[in-house]
Amino acid sequence: MTETIIKVRGLRTQFGDHVVHDGVDLDVYRGETIGVIGPSGCGKSVLLSEIVGLLKPAAGEVTVFGQRLSELDDEERRAVERRWAVMFQDGALFSNLTVRENVMAPMREHTNFSFELMTELADLKIRLSGLPPEAAPKRPSELSGGMRKRAALARALALDPELLFLDEPTAGLDPITAGRFDSLIEELSRLLGLTVFLVTHDLDTLKATCDRIAVLGDKRVKHVGTLQELAQSDDPWLAEYFGGPRGRAVV
Amino acid sequence: MICLGGFVVDDLGDHTILKVSGDWTIQSAGDLDRELHGLDLPDHHTVLDVSELGKLDTAGAWLIERTLGTAEPTTFPGYDIRGHHREAEALLRIVSERREECPPDEPHKMDFVDLLARIGQGSVHFLEETAETLSFVAKALYGTIKSIVQPHKVRWTSVVNVMEEAGLDALPIVCFLSFFIGMVIAYIGATMLQQTLGATVFTVELVGWAMMREFGVVLTGILLAGRTNSSFTAQIGSMKMRQEVDAMRTLGLDPIDALVTPRVLAMLIMTPFLAFGATLSGIFGGMMISWLALDISPVLFIARTQELVTIQNFWVGMSKSPVFALIVAIIACRQGLKVEGDVQSLGNATTASVVHAIFLIIVADAIFAMIYMELGI
Repeated sequence: MTETIIKVRGLRTQFGDHVVHDGVDLDVYRGETIGVIGPSGCGKSVLLSEIVGLLKPAAGEVTVFGQRLSELDDEERRAVERRWAVMFQDGALFSNLTVRENVMAPMREHTNFSFELMTELADLKIRLSGLPPEAAPKRPSELSGGMRKRAALARALALDPELLFLDEPTAGLDPITAGRFDSLIEELSRLLGLTVFLVTHDLDTLKATCDRIAVLGDKRVKHVGTLQELAQSDDPWLAEYFGGPRGRAVV
Repeated sequence: MICLGGFVVDDLGDHTILKVSGDWTIQSAGDLDRELHGLDLPDHHTVLDVSELGKLDTAGAWLIERTLGTAEPTTFPGYDIRGHHREAEALLRIVSERREECPPDEPHKMDFVDLLARIGQGSVHFLEETAETLSFVAKALYGTIKSIVQPHKVRWTSVVNVMEEAGLDALPIVCFLSFFIGMVIAYIGATMLQQTLGATVFTVELVGWAMMREFGVVLTGILLAGRTNSSFTAQIGSMKMRQEVDAMRTLGLDPIDALVTPRVLAMLIMTPFLAFGATLSGIFGGMMISWLALDISPVLFIARTQELVTIQNFWVGMSKSPVFALIVAIIACRQGLKVEGDVQSLGNATTASVVHAIFLIIVADAIFAMIYMELGI
């Protein structure tokens, strides 16, 4: 049995009277890429925020790397945070820093590297994420949407994380760029042995990158399985999802 | 379990073996980097022994590749790899393929020519800024006058909203501060008058004159510059950043009509009230001190104020308040609309907005003082 990296049990999320999740259970295993799908507003990004600790669930428990997040003190939390990285929907790059400085930011915070080594590693991550070398001294506002996503991925990879969270990595990209981004994620997760937690709407991304797919709906995780298994499911939402013109093209 | 990485160099004459052991990951990369910098490998053929290597990640692979590899990515590996490791070769290959250096960040150098260039740019920027601000003032005033002539076209909901947020909500802080300034004037005045004339009763005139002519309205202006300017600029600036202003334009809404005019109108209406409140509470503060510390009863204070502080002083102060209102609202909106896509420009615009507004309020006040002095009012 492979090791469970993320374990979510009985998660409940509530904003005022509005219940987003009620009893979400999910397991993510080491080395796999799991895609989270579901209708808009079902709380996919909220689930991601709760796993990385940006939001506190109303009830339930999140265990990452075998440690219960709610029981960690600040020091232990920092150690855990160092092992994962998050790529936000629109990049969330620091706009007053260059791309290289953005990638160096987590290294400055978490390591004792010399400036030269940080620069070398930052340049390596920039190249690794598929950016041209000329992008390194630019500021995020000078980059196109696709390049910003790549820069955000480079920053996420800065500390060689074991676990990578991606929130809508291909949203807003043209199909060619999105396709390249998909194969980049797939390649990196395979080569670096990453576990990837991916929130997406993009069917092509699901097909290209994900080992398993979790479907959120009715305030919980309705189904977990491979693309093929889910495509044959008789759940009405899934049937429409994969049976629609976009879905048919992929399945 | 973290097992720190290490290495042994074995020089065998015709070739050198670099035997790496332990984990070569980001945790140990800092130390390994320092040790490897001190390493001087002989020029001949090198062999990498990975048989005892533990975990390897891109940071570790980079260190190995930097030490052993060549700058030519086509010649990978350029050294022999001995021993078996699950991902070593693949990782080393990825890293080697991406050795290309990225151009450095722009250095922050500064020589004489740069200095001259900056002075020149600064001057041109200042002129452009002035011209643009003046043209914006004209647009904003035109919009405001148009809305006064055609009151049915004004967005009264947002005017009233701004009146509440920037006017009514500011009243407590304006009055509170003015109250204290009134107390301070009364105290200082009383001490000075006691020492020079021996007559503390003139404190009443001092407080009345100072609060009505200057402090009530200037204090209001400066507080609004801090409070309202920053909020207007941040509001409009973040709307600009999120392309809401562009959306307005495409919907056929003029941002001047929708954003600027309501704010200017609201400030024009509210600032006189705020100045009035400030003046009253300042005089009240002076009266309290006169009563408690100088034994001038409130009845005497009010009677003396009515008798000796002419109403002219009050109107002099009040006449400035619409001008200050225009300065605050127009500068704030102008800076807000200047914001571009990044966070830095929002910060710059907010700073500029507050600084310019305070500067102009004090300059305007000085000009008013000169005009009224020449007119003998």
